[in-house]
Amino acid sequence: MPLLLALVIWLVCLALALPFFTRTWWFPVAISEHARQVDTQFMFTLVVTGVIFIVAQLALGYVVFNYGRRRSGAATYSHGNNTMEVLWTSATAILFIGLTIMGGSVWARVHFMGAPPGAIPIEVTGQQFVWNMRYAGPDGKFGALDIRQINDAGGNPLGVDSKDPAGKDDIVVPTMAVPVNRPVELILRTKDVTHSFFVPELRLKQDTVPGMTIRIHFTAETVGKYEIACAELCGLGHYKMRSFLEVMEPADFEKWLQKRSTR
Amino acid sequence: MAELAPAHAAHAHAAPTGFIRKYIFSLDHKVIGLQYYFLALVAVFVGMALSLLMRWHLVWPQSHMGWLEKLFPAGAAGGVMTPELYLSLMTMHGTIMVFFVLTTAPQSGFGNYILPIQIGAEDMAFPTLNMLSFWVTFVGFVVLIAAFFVTGGAPLSGWTAYPPMSALPEAGPGEGAGQTLWIVSLALFSAASLLGALNFITTTLDLRARGLSLMRMPLTCWTWFVTAILGLLAFAVLLAAGVLLLMDRIAGTSFFVPAGLVVSDRVINHSGGSPLLWQHLFWFFGHPEVYIAILPGMGVVSQVISTFSRKPIFGYRAMVFAILAIGALGFGVWGHHMFISGMSPYSAMAFSVLTMSIGVPSAIKTFNWIGTLWGGKIRFTTPMMFAIGFVSVFVTGGLSGMFLGQPPVDLFFHDTYFVVAHFHMIMGVASIFGIFAATYYWFPKMFGRMMNDPLGKLHFWITFIGVYAVFGPMHYLGLIGHPRRYAEITGVNYLAQSHPLHLFMTIAALITVGAQLIFLFNLFWSMFKGKKAEMNPWEATTLEWTVPSPPPHDNFAGAHPVVYRGPYEYSVPGAPKDYIMQNDPEPAKAAH
Amino acid sequence: MWLALGAVVMVFAAFTSAYVVRKGMSLDWQAIRLPSILWLNTAVLLASSATIEKARRERQSCESWLAATSVLGAAFLAGQYVAWQQLRAAGVFLASNPSSSFFYLLTGAHGVHLLGGVLALFYVAGRAWRGAEWPNRQAAVEATALYWHFMDGLWIYLFFLLQVGGK
Ligand code: HEM
Ligand SMILES: [Cu+2]
Ligand SMILES: [Cu+2]
Repeated sequence: MPLLLALVIWLVCLALALPFFTRTWWFPVAISEHARQVDTQFMFTLVVTGVIFIVAQLALGYVVFNYGRRRSGAATYSHGNNTMEVLWTSATAILFIGLTIMGGSVWARVHFMGAPPGAIPIEVTGQQFVWNMRYAGPDGKFGALDIRQINDAGGNPLGVDSKDPAGKDDIVVPTMAVPVNRPVELILRTKDVTHSFFVPELRLKQDTVPGMTIRIHFTAETVGKYEIACAELCGLGHYKMRSFLEVMEPADFEKWLQKRSTR
Repeated sequence: MAELAPAHAAHAHAAPTGFIRKYIFSLDHKVIGLQYYFLALVAVFVGMALSLLMRWHLVWPQSHMGWLEKLFPAGAAGGVMTPELYLSLMTMHGTIMVFFVLTTAPQSGFGNYILPIQIGAEDMAFPTLNMLSFWVTFVGFVVLIAAFFVTGGAPLSGWTAYPPMSALPEAGPGEGAGQTLWIVSLALFSAASLLGALNFITTTLDLRARGLSLMRMPLTCWTWFVTAILGLLAFAVLLAAGVLLLMDRIAGTSFFVPAGLVVSDRVINHSGGSPLLWQHLFWFFGHPEVYIAILPGMGVVSQVISTFSRKPIFGYRAMVFAILAIGALGFGVWGHHMFISGMSPYSAMAFSVLTMSIGVPSAIKTFNWIGTLWGGKIRFTTPMMFAIGFVSVFVTGGLSGMFLGQPPVDLFFHDTYFVVAHFHMIMGVASIFGIFAATYYWFPKMFGRMMNDPLGKLHFWITFIGVYAVFGPMHYLGLIGHPRRYAEITGVNYLAQSHPLHLFMTIAALITVGAQLIFLFNLFWSMFKGKKAEMNPWEATTLEWTVPSPPPHDNFAGAHPVVYRGPYEYSVPGAPKDYIMQNDPEPAKAAH
Repeated sequence: MWLALGAVVMVFAAFTSAYVVRKGMSLDWQAIRLPSILWLNTAVLLASSATIEKARRERQSCESWLAATSVLGAAFLAGQYVAWQQLRAAGVFLASNPSSSFFYLLTGAHGVHLLGGVLALFYVAGRAWRGAEWPNRQAAVEATALYWHFMDGLWIYLFFLLQVGGK
């Protein structure tokens, strides 16, 4: 029994750990500096926790095996050991808090600082169960919104105010395109309930909260077409609230915009 | 009313005679404990059945189930499960599991049954209140289940019920009457938990036997005590939040709903509320709640490991300190559920540091369990197997928390299956293992018979391997960025690669849940046919093992036990046996 | 008893934090004119605290003081009801505005708690009136008195919050 239990613990844990080495299921490619930093922080954490995981499960199996097969003699009478207690308490404290502090800078770079100057603003509005992307158009200004003018069927899902001149050239589309290597600022909103804007390749996720306007920024470095998913439960169509992010060469991006502004 | 003042000595109520007073509206803490336990047992099987339906749907979304349509005419029209039915099953599964299983069995069930006996009391401090708590909880459960059968069905908004979804009937099917019932159910549950918590705290403080100082209490008592304190503070906040949400729904107030929303093409006539306010209130309750679920399990595991290692618990003081630290820190970390919710990124850093700190007392506990096993003379009983299994899953679940506690990493994992893996391991499976360990351990005391050991072992092997097989792969789903609460994997292309994993997990879940029938059979079979148990079959030291199995109506038959020593005096050198009961006046001959 | 009060404190602490947050972030907050009968109600409640304190100290012949407290308590509840009616008459409803929502919520929640106190008082006073003696009689009176004072203090706090915070 002791050997069996120890072996089962070890084997099960080995099986759990194995795919982390083989990387059969792994992160999608990282397409921004920020994404790579997140990955680095993840790898650090994986190494630290991985070592603890292996040591702890090995130790558990070992004591089960070693002290379980004992037939004679008595158990050691001991109420513990304060030195050990202090030792492992401080060791884990330093390790865990150290990790947090290391991760802090990655977090700070995207969240404490605003978008760099020259970033392209794109307004993203969630709605059950689609994403609306709004570009400000040539004037660089977003038109005012008026919820009474919302008309999904009539091509005005956001209710861009027809009386506001700044809104005349706004482009509202269901998918997003951005030029490669240009900072982009997202202005996140929602029309109804909470959603969450998630692009795995950018390691970027942010809830869109009713009543709030939240700004985040990113710079994509690899041309390609990526999926945008919704990561916050928003109703029955949550699982298919999907859109695309297309990262393009600047010239292609200009063409893309052009095509949509003359609709 | 006389009961308002905790009666120190005799509030002795005579043993009831009629069936109703004895088994239905009983004042006896033991009967009430069992009532809670069986309520949780019903709840856990309902919850598991719902999870199987979910798992099935994730793999075979188109499969036709005629009987499902009979059960949910709207949600499974034509016998095929709709996404909204999936989400309502998920909401009910989470709610049932968290509240009516993990809060009910370990604390209200075993705590009620064992705590008074372990501290040498005749009953809880307020027996009537105790009965009231149970029946309010019971009504709460009935109200929750009723949500399935109202127009629109059960709510979709998850066990966290974020507004505005949960505040607006327009937001989807199930957000009408179903959501209202859900809130009412949780309000009832909260009120009952408050009463229960009062009872536990008073009992522990006032009714301890002579000689049983706090630092001589079994660790189980410590965990029930601290859990009750957490419950008192946390459920009050949930109750308040629930009242506010209910008012937003039925009285037209705007606590959580801001202006300018358009839901299902309707302009919503609310203004100025804050959805984040709910999240703060909910998680201020919600995080302590996960400790409410797990702390009693930690107590049981300490007790069981010490008993069957035949060794005193390693670092009793450190264990008590860790329990207290977890309790205190537990109220300062709620923000880790909100890193990407739009909350200030600066507070995210503060919450992160606190969250990682709470890992420290949890690690202390793990070290001490292994330290207790170290040098022991282990007896492989079924409760011991589950206790060892608990340590393993607790390590696994705890370590995945280290990823989620760091905002930049959580950024990716938040609301993915990585979280589902994490909380199932640490809160779900670990607590359930605690419940199993407690059941196998105290069953002889509660029913006067032993549970069948080979069946228990079989149950353990399948369950232990099974839970890793069901919840392990969810970590990998998290790695590929698979969002949680997805009714199907067809909506987003990159999820196609997850199909083999889902298939594997569904098969594993079918087997694992099937194995729980072994437990059910063992439980009821042993109740009537099991080997008769003596007073102290495990040769354990705490007070519940000094009374007959099952204990008489007032536990100690009028006697007042006196405690002479700490709870885990095993293998004391020079002692005649390898354990010394807490109420044994012989001085321990050992020198420390 | 102290623990029960702790739980009540938590409930109202949660309401208060909701109040502060909700007020801090909203642009739609409109102060409401609190009906002046609230001052009268406050006085009634304070008086009832005095009478129950008297009952507690009397020990043996406390029943008339208990009865007086119950009447004053009931009067307070009636007064609160009148205040609600006045507000409604003035067109201020539960859903009109966040400040009115909180007014109804807080006074309502306090009223429910106080109603519990009044019922307890009826029970204790009733038994004492019939001349009953029971072992925990003094303890019951003490507990009720403590609860009552607490409800009084809670009301003062809420009244202050609504007066000052509501602006
Ligand atoms: C029989 C074993 C179990 C299986 C197969 C299972 C399976 C699942 C599945 C498939 C989900 C939905 C995931 C999603 O769509 O995002 C889920 C959610 C959940 N489960 Fe379990 N589960 C089991 C046991 C438990 C236990 C013991 C608990 C107790 C803590 C629990 C608590 C939850 C919670 C809180 C949720 C989240 C619900 C929500 O998102 O609102 N489950 N489970
Ligand atoms: Cu969504
Ligand atoms: Cu938490």
